[in-house]
Amino acid sequence: MWQQATNRRRKHVLEWLTEKVILVTALISILSILLIFYFVGRKAVPILTNEVIQQTANLAEFFRPNGTTPDGHTTFIWQPISERPKYSFIPLLLGTLKATIVAMLVSVPLALLAALYTTEYAPRQVREYIKPAIELLAGVPSVVLGFFALVVMATWLQKLFQFEMRLNAVVSGCALGLAIIPVVYTVAEDALSAVPRALREASFALGASRAQTLLRVILPAALPGIFAGIVLGFGRAVGETMIVVMASGNAAITSWNPADSIRTMSATVAAELAEVVYGSAHYHTLFAIGALLFIITFVINSIGDWVIGRLNTRLQGAKR
Amino acid sequence: MKATAQARAPRRYTGDLVLATATGVAVIAILGLLLLLLFEITRGGIGQISWKFLSTAPSKGGLAGGIWPAIFGTMALVLLMTIAAVPMGVATAIYLHEYAHPDALLTRLVRVAVANLAGVPSIVFGLFGVGFFIETVGTRIDDIFYDGGLLYGKPAIVWAAMTLALLTLPVVIVATEEALKAIPRDHREGSLALGATKWQTIAHVILPQALPGILTGGILAVSRGAGEVAPILFTGAAYYLPFLPAHPTDQFMHLGYHVFVLATQSPDVNAALPNLYATVLVLLVLTFLLNLAAIVLRARIRAKLRH
Repeated sequence: MWQQATNRRRKHVLEWLTEKVILVTALISILSILLIFYFVGRKAVPILTNEVIQQTANLAEFFRPNGTTPDGHTTFIWQPISERPKYSFIPLLLGTLKATIVAMLVSVPLALLAALYTTEYAPRQVREYIKPAIELLAGVPSVVLGFFALVVMATWLQKLFQFEMRLNAVVSGCALGLAIIPVVYTVAEDALSAVPRALREASFALGASRAQTLLRVILPAALPGIFAGIVLGFGRAVGETMIVVMASGNAAITSWNPADSIRTMSATVAAELAEVVYGSAHYHTLFAIGALLFIITFVINSIGDWVIGRLNTRLQGAKR
Repeated sequence: MKATAQARAPRRYTGDLVLATATGVAVIAILGLLLLLLFEITRGGIGQISWKFLSTAPSKGGLAGGIWPAIFGTMALVLLMTIAAVPMGVATAIYLHEYAHPDALLTRLVRVAVANLAGVPSIVFGLFGVGFFIETVGTRIDDIFYDGGLLYGKPAIVWAAMTLALLTLPVVIVATEEALKAIPRDHREGSLALGATKWQTIAHVILPQALPGILTGGILAVSRGAGEVAPILFTGAAYYLPFLPAHPTDQFMHLGYHVFVLATQSPDVNAALPNLYATVLVLLVLTFLLNLAAIVLRARIRAKLRH
């Protein structure tokens, strides 16, 4: 009797313990996000507080013009290794934006049309193969895409568009586009296939054609999901590193011309952190870029996830 | 009335045709680009692949010799990463699906954190690895156990693996949770009705059935981890090492890092191209095989879910 009671108590302790261990492990995800923000942010803080570092790198310096062009216009310069270092974020932000815009122009139409094909037109057997194939594209490491862009795509695109600079925003943007096609496709496809069948059948029953049903019924219903896919793809493109560090030319030029070489925020960190002097203004500036990148992608991803979450609740509501 | 109806019919037909064609062309374009990439890499690299290439160390700054240390380093890295990421991911998924109340604030917070963790740029993970694992945890370990020596407070394979483990955590969580969802409620209720405790039910009924899903997650994580370069740039990867990593604090060579350095910092990229193509091919084949395995496994789970 007594033995049984101990066993039972032991069982209770084990139950209690496993539940707590699992709970604590689940908290690691939350903790990680907080730690990432804290430890990357902490290294950016001297920019705001340390007076010695502020003499060369400070918030105002990051965003105001800090040089002149040969023809006398003021301009923004990123030139961390020089006698008088210049730390303007503007060319880096502009470079990131240019590459991302090209990537979106390439990937969004292709991914959305492909998602439409998969849910609306593809025969069942074909559909079973398209999704895994596009997932395979998602599995291509970004360093492989970067290499492909650097060695193969750059040559083709230069022949096609007669670029002066072989590596530029268009080349890296196209490769980035390849990387985010699966992101946009997957989310958009999920949204399209989650549209209740009743809507489609009602539209057909009213005499609408396939194209009309698609454009006026299904697309509007799936629009939030499609929007979320685009937003998440954008976030991924902004943060993607290896492709741009290999195929963008890495020259921080302040211009809107997509045929110019660019230097993105992520590529700047990747290329410069290894050689930077520990604790220097440059070092803390690179962490500031990292923190900025984290905040930008965090906001973008939160918007995307929020939209997906709302869509799911709404569709669940519709099913009930 | 009749005339307008007739006039409209062909236009509707054209709309259908245009949309069907455009969407089909988009699919063909995407898959064509993927095939083109595979074809170009294979064409450029296949001639260089030999047993000798796979089993020897590089020489002449990577222009000659093989890539064995990079293959070994990549495998050691993802092994360490898996040991950390899979238990954490599985436990988190079990919490989310078996223990947590779906609408509780904490559950929602965990979900938001997982989704956001998946979106953190890989280079930010690299910065985090430096700031947290190396300069905080590593330095602390050195201070306490090694009298301020420099062992853990520098780039090391264990820190690169931990950084990657956090990066791949969402992959494991999502795959495991999907597997848990596929297990019918009756199995849980049956087990509980027979007097099993919650943890006994999970350990003896739920987890065995979820194993293929956990395996899928693990494989996807390995594939993702093997290809990521940005997080390991400053946390442990080295371009050339005369030895293989044998201790958690050693640095390591890595296929992706090898490609990156050889392609961007080699004095003569054209001379390096044959070895570069071959290294990329090896990396691509590795990640593709892993992905294919995961996709096949997952297709089976989903087929089961549908029945």
